[in-house]
Amino acid sequence: MDIYLPIAEVSLNVFVLLTIGAAIGFLSGVFGVGGGFLLTPMLIFIGVPPAVAVASSANQLVGASLSGVIAYWRRGAVDFKMGFILLIGGLAGSVFGVWLFTLLKRLGQVELTISLLYVVLLGVLGALMAIESTRALLRQRRPGGIRRKLHQHNWLHGLPLKTRFRSSKLYISALLPIGLGFAVGILSAVMGIGGGFVLVPAMIYTLGMPTAMVPGTSLLQIIFVAANVTFLQAYTNGTVDAVLAMVLLVGGVLGAQLGTRFGTRLRGEQLRFLLAVLVLAVAGKLAFDLTVRPASLYVVMMGSG
Amino acid sequence: MSRPVSHQGPRRLGPRRMGLAALSCLALAFAAGPAQGDAVVADLSSHLIAITSGFSGTSVVLFGATDGPGDIIAVVRGPEREMTVWRKGKLAGVWVNAESMTFTNVPSFYAVAASRPLDEALSPGAAALYRIGSTNLKLESKPPLTGERVQRFAKALVEEQQRAGLIGAEIGKITFLGERLFRASIAFPANVPTGSYLVEVFLAKDHDVVGAQTTPLRVDKVGIDAEVSDFARREAAAYGAIAVLTAVVAGWLASLPFRGV
Repeated sequence: MDIYLPIAEVSLNVFVLLTIGAAIGFLSGVFGVGGGFLLTPMLIFIGVPPAVAVASSANQLVGASLSGVIAYWRRGAVDFKMGFILLIGGLAGSVFGVWLFTLLKRLGQVELTISLLYVVLLGVLGALMAIESTRALLRQRRPGGIRRKLHQHNWLHGLPLKTRFRSSKLYISALLPIGLGFAVGILSAVMGIGGGFVLVPAMIYTLGMPTAMVPGTSLLQIIFVAANVTFLQAYTNGTVDAVLAMVLLVGGVLGAQLGTRFGTRLRGEQLRFLLAVLVLAVAGKLAFDLTVRPASLYVVMMGSG
Repeated sequence: MSRPVSHQGPRRLGPRRMGLAALSCLALAFAAGPAQGDAVVADLSSHLIAITSGFSGTSVVLFGATDGPGDIIAVVRGPEREMTVWRKGKLAGVWVNAESMTFTNVPSFYAVAASRPLDEALSPGAAALYRIGSTNLKLESKPPLTGERVQRFAKALVEEQQRAGLIGAEIGKITFLGERLFRASIAFPANVPTGSYLVEVFLAKDHDVVGAQTTPLRVDKVGIDAEVSDFARREAAAYGAIAVLTAVVAGWLASLPFRGV
C-alpha cells in the first residue's frame, strides 16, 4: 500500500516506512541514540529527497526520543540537571546549524558535507569505542585484574563553573556539557540526527558519566534539540514532511519501547561494543561511497546554484 | 469532460471505459459539425490530474480527429523550472560537486507520444522548429552562454531527468481508429510534478507539421495532502510547531501501554 508524502512529493510503501521506523526505534531504545544516523541515509536510499529526509528525521526523533526518555525515567535513569545543561548548548548549536545548512545548500555542497561529517565522526568514535569496550570486556575475563581509577583527571577538570551532578555522581565544569551540547546541536541540524551517537560516547568518556545514566539523559536533550531543528527547518527551508515523520513514528515508538527493555538487560561494555560495531559499519559504507566513482557524474538540483 | 479523476483506492474508471466515454463525446462534437479548416482537433478525458494520498501514477485519454491521413504527435510539457546541474570531480580521492551550470527554462515534465516513431513522422528541421523531442528542448543557461560546455551540461541535465522519468518517459502510443479518429492513453508517473501543463497535438504530413492544437492540463495535489503542503508553505511557523507537538503527543501516547512494565 503506497502513501503519498505531501512535502517529499513521492509515493512510498507504508509497510517499508513502518519497518524502517520500528528498526530505528529499537536501536534508539537499546543504545540511547536517536538512530537518525541510520534513518536519514535509509530514507534517501528509498527515494526521499535528502533535504526532506534530514528535516523529517528530526521530526520523528522528537516523538521517538520522548517515548524513550519516559521509559528510562521510570527506571530513574535520567539525569535531568545534566540534560538541561546540555540543552542550553544544544539549542544554540542547532540555530547555528540550520543557518549553516542553508548556506551549504546554496553552495551545492550539502550532501558532501553530510557524508564527510559522518565518515569522520563515526570513524573516530567507532574506533575509540571499539578499542575501549574490547579492553573492558577482556579485563572482566581475567579475575583480579587491575582496577582503574573512577575517573582520570586532566585539563578539562580545571575549567571554571564547577557544578555538582548528583544523579551522575559528578563534579565537573558546566562548560563541558554546554560545549558538547553546542557541537551536537550543529550536527543535529546539518545531518538530521539527534547526535546521540556522538553524545553517548562523549558523555561516557569526556564527562565520565555512569553508563547506565547515559541513554536516558542523552535522549532527554535530543527531544528538545530535535524539536528546535524541526521547527527551524520547517520555517526556514520548508522541508519537514510531517506525514512521513508520523508514519515513521508509529513504527518507531513501538520499536523504542522494546529496545529499552532489551537495553537494560545488556551490560555496559557489551552495549558499547555493539554500538561501536554498528557505527564503524556505517562509516565504512559512507567512506566507500565517497571514493567510488558515482554511477552518474552529474546531479540536478532545483533552482539556481 | 473535465471531471477530476479521483485516485483514492482502486481506479474507478479503467482506460477502456474512459476511452469509450471520450469517443462518445467526440461523436457528439462531430454531430455539431467541426469548424472548417481545423486540420486537427483534440481533447483530453480530464483536464485535472488530482494527486491524493494513494496516488501512484495515472493515465489520461487523449482523443481527437484529423481532416485526413497523417501522423499525430502529442507533446506533454510541464511548467518550466530553473534547475542547476552539478558535475562531480575527484578532489583528494573524494567525489565532490565541482562545476555547475544553471538553466532557466527546463520543463519539469516532458514527454512525447506519436503514431509513428518521431524520426519517421517528422523531418529533423520541423522537430527542432516545434521543439518536439527531448533533444530539441532549447535549454537556456544563466547567464546566457553558448558553446561546447553549455551543450555538455544541457545534455547531462536531459539525461538525468530522463533517468528520473521526467523527460522522455514512455507515456503511450497514439493509435488511429480508421483514418481520421485517433486516441492515446497517456500515462503519468507517480512523481509527476505539479503545475500547469500544456498538451500540444501536432498533425504531420510529409514529415512537416500542418496543424496543431494546444490543450491545458493541471496537475494538482487535492484533499488533505494539498492542505498539508499548502499550510506548510503559507504558515511555516505554525506548521513547524504542529509537527513538533504531534510528535510529542505520539511519543507520549506510545509509552502509555508500557507503563509499569
